[in-house]
Amino acid sequence: MNSSVNPAYDSARQTVPALSEVKELKNYRYLLAQLVRRDIVTRYKRSVLGVAWTMLNPLGTMLILALVFSQLFKTVESYPVYVLSGLIVWNFFSQGTNAAMSGLVWGGSLLQRIYIPRTIFGVSAIGTALVNLLISLVPLTLVMLVTRTPIPWTVVFLPVSILLLAAFALGFGLFISSLAVYYPDVAEMYQIALFAWMYLSPVIYPENIIPEQWLGIYRINPLYHLIKMFRLPIYEGRIPTWPELLPALAWSLAVLLLGWLFFTSRSDQYAYRV
Amino acid sequence: MPTVSEKVALECTEASRPMIQLEHVGVQYRIPSERIGTFKEYMIRLVQRRVSFKKFQALDDVNLSVNRGEVFGIVGNNGAGKSTMLKVISRVLRPTSGRVAVYGKIAPLLELGAGFHPELSGRENVYLNGALLGYNRGQMDEVFDEIVAFSELEAFIDAPIRTYSSGMYARLGFAVATAHFPEILIVDEILSVGDEAFQLKCNQRMLNFREQGATVLIVSHALDRLAGMCNRVAWLEHGQLMQVGSPDEVIESYRKGRG
Repeated sequence: MNSSVNPAYDSARQTVPALSEVKELKNYRYLLAQLVRRDIVTRYKRSVLGVAWTMLNPLGTMLILALVFSQLFKTVESYPVYVLSGLIVWNFFSQGTNAAMSGLVWGGSLLQRIYIPRTIFGVSAIGTALVNLLISLVPLTLVMLVTRTPIPWTVVFLPVSILLLAAFALGFGLFISSLAVYYPDVAEMYQIALFAWMYLSPVIYPENIIPEQWLGIYRINPLYHLIKMFRLPIYEGRIPTWPELLPALAWSLAVLLLGWLFFTSRSDQYAYRV
Repeated sequence: MPTVSEKVALECTEASRPMIQLEHVGVQYRIPSERIGTFKEYMIRLVQRRVSFKKFQALDDVNLSVNRGEVFGIVGNNGAGKSTMLKVISRVLRPTSGRVAVYGKIAPLLELGAGFHPELSGRENVYLNGALLGYNRGQMDEVFDEIVAFSELEAFIDAPIRTYSSGMYARLGFAVATAHFPEILIVDEILSVGDEAFQLKCNQRMLNFREQGATVLIVSHALDRLAGMCNRVAWLEHGQLMQVGSPDEVIESYRKGRG
């Protein structure tokens, strides 16, 4: 009733953008679900096999890598499981962050017309990538059954690994998409950076090919730790120890927090820019 | 969403209360004086301190108050700041100075069907578009049948929207955007949707909203039409408010001032 006392929107109301964005996102959670649904449904809409491609894609890549590298990495036991567990993490990260970036640029025309929380494209991109990750656990299980790799009980740790990975990807995706709004070149540069990043991470090769003296620098890479969080419970059949868990945890929380702050502190500018 | 009885009560007690208030609102765009397209170039110039911006005042010290239940028109030449004003009110742009306060839920009626996905069916797009406008599943379930009936798309609602004609597309967009009673309806030059029969239907719906006490904000170049619909009209020129008053008065001075 006292609507005149409390405006629904007041541009002068001083709030912390990083916090009010969380509240707005909660109000728009149905839109979040709709955007994830749209991205999953439309991606393979016109293909015959549909969502099955989410499983066939990593499976095909894994098969090729297994054929090409299994001779080279003879020392790696059940290489298909090794490479697939790394690929799933990698695909999640590269797809999620790329979709966050293109989502914001695509959503630019909408941001010019109506109000929607600006982080929603980043969050929905990671949401879509999460669904794809869960689906690609099916071919991973299949490969483990076919190669007679026992499925250890330690896979119960995976939700924690996935959560850390999602937090990191969201923070990084928001950061990179914020940059891409200002500089369109960032989108192209990022593809090259991703390519290099993949070869700097233990996705397709075993860690022990890295010379001892480089390991210190090699392990600065946050994805090194996040891939490990995923691979240890599946491939080595053990729960990560605290010294293994801590760097992953620290990277994820720090990048999520900084990415969120970086993005939301600039989000009033996007409608002027995109 | 207020019920009918609540609405009546609101109108009785707050008939002249403002619905939208602009206090000393300014919007300044910073336009780079030269186009700096790449990150590298930008960094080089930043180091050389050669990044310079031209300032463009899209809105300049605008004071305005729109009351509950008013149909308020905005006229002005291209580039006068009309669209910027709608954006500031609908929360798309934050003003660079001054204050905007809005006392109700805004339903934007900007470019119909923005946000439709061609591969999804009409039904799926109704829910997606509704979500973009801030409604949840339950709120969309309530109005879904009405949307389909109004847009006359019963036979096509489960077909992918890429198979729709542009008229069907616009009809569905209008139906979704106006499915719920809007406390504040923002209309940006879109009254020419579809064929004549459908245009009549759209106009009728807008008039109904007005009768039910919605506040309507219209930007248009169709001056005669504005004069027939609005309670008050504002004239914007180079981001400044030139005149606010009765439609005939303002439109006349606008026509004169434009030369």
